[in-house]
Amino acid sequence: MLKSFKGGVHPNYHKELTCSKSFVEVKASDVVIIPLKMHIGAEAKPLVKKGDQVLVGQKIADTDAYIGAAVHSSVSGTVQKIDSTLLPSGLRGPAIFINNDGNYQLDPSIKPHKPLEELTPREIVDIVRDSGIVGLGGATFPTHVKLCVPEGKDVEYLLINAAECEPYLSCDHRTLLERTDDLFYGMKAAAKACGADHIKICIEDNKKDCLEFLTSRCGSDCEVVLLKTKYPQGGEKQLIKAVLNREVPSGTLPYEVGVVVINVGTAVAIAEAIKTGMPLVKRAVTVTGSIVNNPGNFIVPIGTTMDKLLEVVGGTKEKIGRIIYGGPMMGIAIHETDEPVVKGTSGILILSEKESPVIGEPDPCIRCARCVDHCPMHLMPNMLERYVSKGGLDKAKSMGLLDCIECGCCSYVCPSKRHLVQWIKVGKMEIAMQKRRDAENHKRSTPVATA
Amino acid sequence: MSPLILSLICMGSLGLVFGLGLALASRKFAVESDPHIDEIEAVLPKVNCGACGAAGCRAFAEAVSRGEMPTNGCIPGGGAVTDRIAQIMGVAADEMEERKVAQVMCGGDYEHAKLRSLYDGLQDCRAAVGASGGPKGCVYGCVRLGNCVKACLFGALKLSEEGLPEVDEKKCTGCNKCVEACPKDIIELRPVSMGVHVRCRSIEKGPQVRKWCSVGCIGCMRCEKACPSDAIHVLNNLAGVDYSKCTNCGKCVEVCPVGCIEQQGKAIIVRNAINTKSN
Repeated sequence: MLKSFKGGVHPNYHKELTCSKSFVEVKASDVVIIPLKMHIGAEAKPLVKKGDQVLVGQKIADTDAYIGAAVHSSVSGTVQKIDSTLLPSGLRGPAIFINNDGNYQLDPSIKPHKPLEELTPREIVDIVRDSGIVGLGGATFPTHVKLCVPEGKDVEYLLINAAECEPYLSCDHRTLLERTDDLFYGMKAAAKACGADHIKICIEDNKKDCLEFLTSRCGSDCEVVLLKTKYPQGGEKQLIKAVLNREVPSGTLPYEVGVVVINVGTAVAIAEAIKTGMPLVKRAVTVTGSIVNNPGNFIVPIGTTMDKLLEVVGGTKEKIGRIIYGGPMMGIAIHETDEPVVKGTSGILILSEKESPVIGEPDPCIRCARCVDHCPMHLMPNMLERYVSKGGLDKAKSMGLLDCIECGCCSYVCPSKRHLVQWIKVGKMEIAMQKRRDAENHKRSTPVATA
Repeated sequence: MSPLILSLICMGSLGLVFGLGLALASRKFAVESDPHIDEIEAVLPKVNCGACGAAGCRAFAEAVSRGEMPTNGCIPGGGAVTDRIAQIMGVAADEMEERKVAQVMCGGDYEHAKLRSLYDGLQDCRAAVGASGGPKGCVYGCVRLGNCVKACLFGALKLSEEGLPEVDEKKCTGCNKCVEACPKDIIELRPVSMGVHVRCRSIEKGPQVRKWCSVGCIGCMRCEKACPSDAIHVLNNLAGVDYSKCTNCGKCVEVCPVGCIEQQGKAIIVRNAINTKSN
């Protein structure tokens, strides 16, 4: 019996479009747009100004905040401007626009670090932080925060998340096959940094071709775990539940149950940062869709715009209906094709007009409880929707609104096509806004201390 | 004695005893409440809008009866309710501020503002804004899904055929509900006599505004130069009216090249009436 979790759905995977296509390096677009906030946490502050010359791998923005990440240039050239732009996350934010000179001249500061055996855990964490590495599965949580386990917490297991449960995407699959050396190097470095004794590489059983190949390379402290192909198997909490049968308490991080989870792409990025000194300036991206002429897996410099990628895949056979950054389940549709690839872009899905129909007005809830059955977090999406849409945020919060991982299973299975996860997202946004407002009011009402 | 009569007597006497007990208890443990509270509550609009700052109409009535809130606290009620409350409380009515009404600070209707994409998801402004700032090219503009209309307790707002919310100034009470409901902060409360409004929120530079909207403020400063009373200023590429100085002369409206400044005839008449009264 394959390991799995309770709930979830089985969408059509469509991975055959790209899973056999090797990585192809892509040159950056003429102007790269590098947002200052491509991660969860504090926005980075720019270290360059308009007209400055930058080189590949040069740090162009950084932050002092603990939860935050540095940003590096993926090309060499001149800074055109620092301006606000629309990000694939759906928000507007400042970004550094760089005119690419096409020379890809390396920054002289990029040198290999000491070999892994000589590095202390602290040094590894510092390298990861300086390299701007964040979770490349899509959530973009700063990796150094994950690896820096607080005092008193003991980490037993490091899970390498290669489930890649989102339909259509195959870049993690290709990473397993093509970047195996770096993967093993990176995960050993991560295990050393967080003090984990065992490493488990978790893959879904639609990637069986990697199983033997990876197992043969595993040592005594490492194991490949085969999981049932089910969405959202790659969710952090679902993965821990399936592999170790441990549940992460609400509102806490996985080290509470002795686990650290990182994505395969992140492990490879760590290896690259230590081995060559190269910070995170490119990432693996699957560009796919049934109407794409040459779908495939690409290594894309961060900041490259969608226009350039459309060129690379040779355009489409039909008129484009929708372009989605991410997979079809959790991805966000973009408005314009001049939006850049950021650290969290694991895939770009191009759908035809036929594949993206207008759903229209939803039907009434028939209380079939399908959403409850399929929710991998064991919440009641039908009730959350009701409370949020009627303004009962406190009630929704008490029913676990903030535990929702926004996987979208509820909306996927709903026979009335209700906008369940969308309402939950609205509720979460409202709570975040309320928190911000309260913090502002608090700041205003607190009297300034006088000496 | 037949069982029927026996049971009637038993039940009757039990009822009498309990009834007497309850009557005594209600006298002995009666909670004294200010009779003013019920009277005040009766004259309030009873929509529980919360514009006064209290949790609802009853809470407001209690606060007024204790003297913790002014008699003019009920904003939807306006002057008439203030007078009634003052009468009930036997005090002089507090001076009522000028009535405020909601104004929609966006003129980008279907005809003038372009869309950059189609949005067919959840029909809620907040959800549309969450999806990359909404389908409209101008990210500062109204997303036209009517959260403000749903929030209005007085039926004063409706989505017009051109796609923008429309305020019925007669029905609007200035309760602030629509202002809170708008995720783009497009609705503002303005004194009802003020007739000049800049119907734009975009702080982008001119060309960027023109790219998407033909009635957006491009920050050309012509209104600022034309204003004889120094009441309109361009800040962050957006014109704003200082209502303490504005005389409703309408010079700015005449010179605006895009037509984003609007003057309402109705509002001017009201203001003129006030001016003649004070003269």
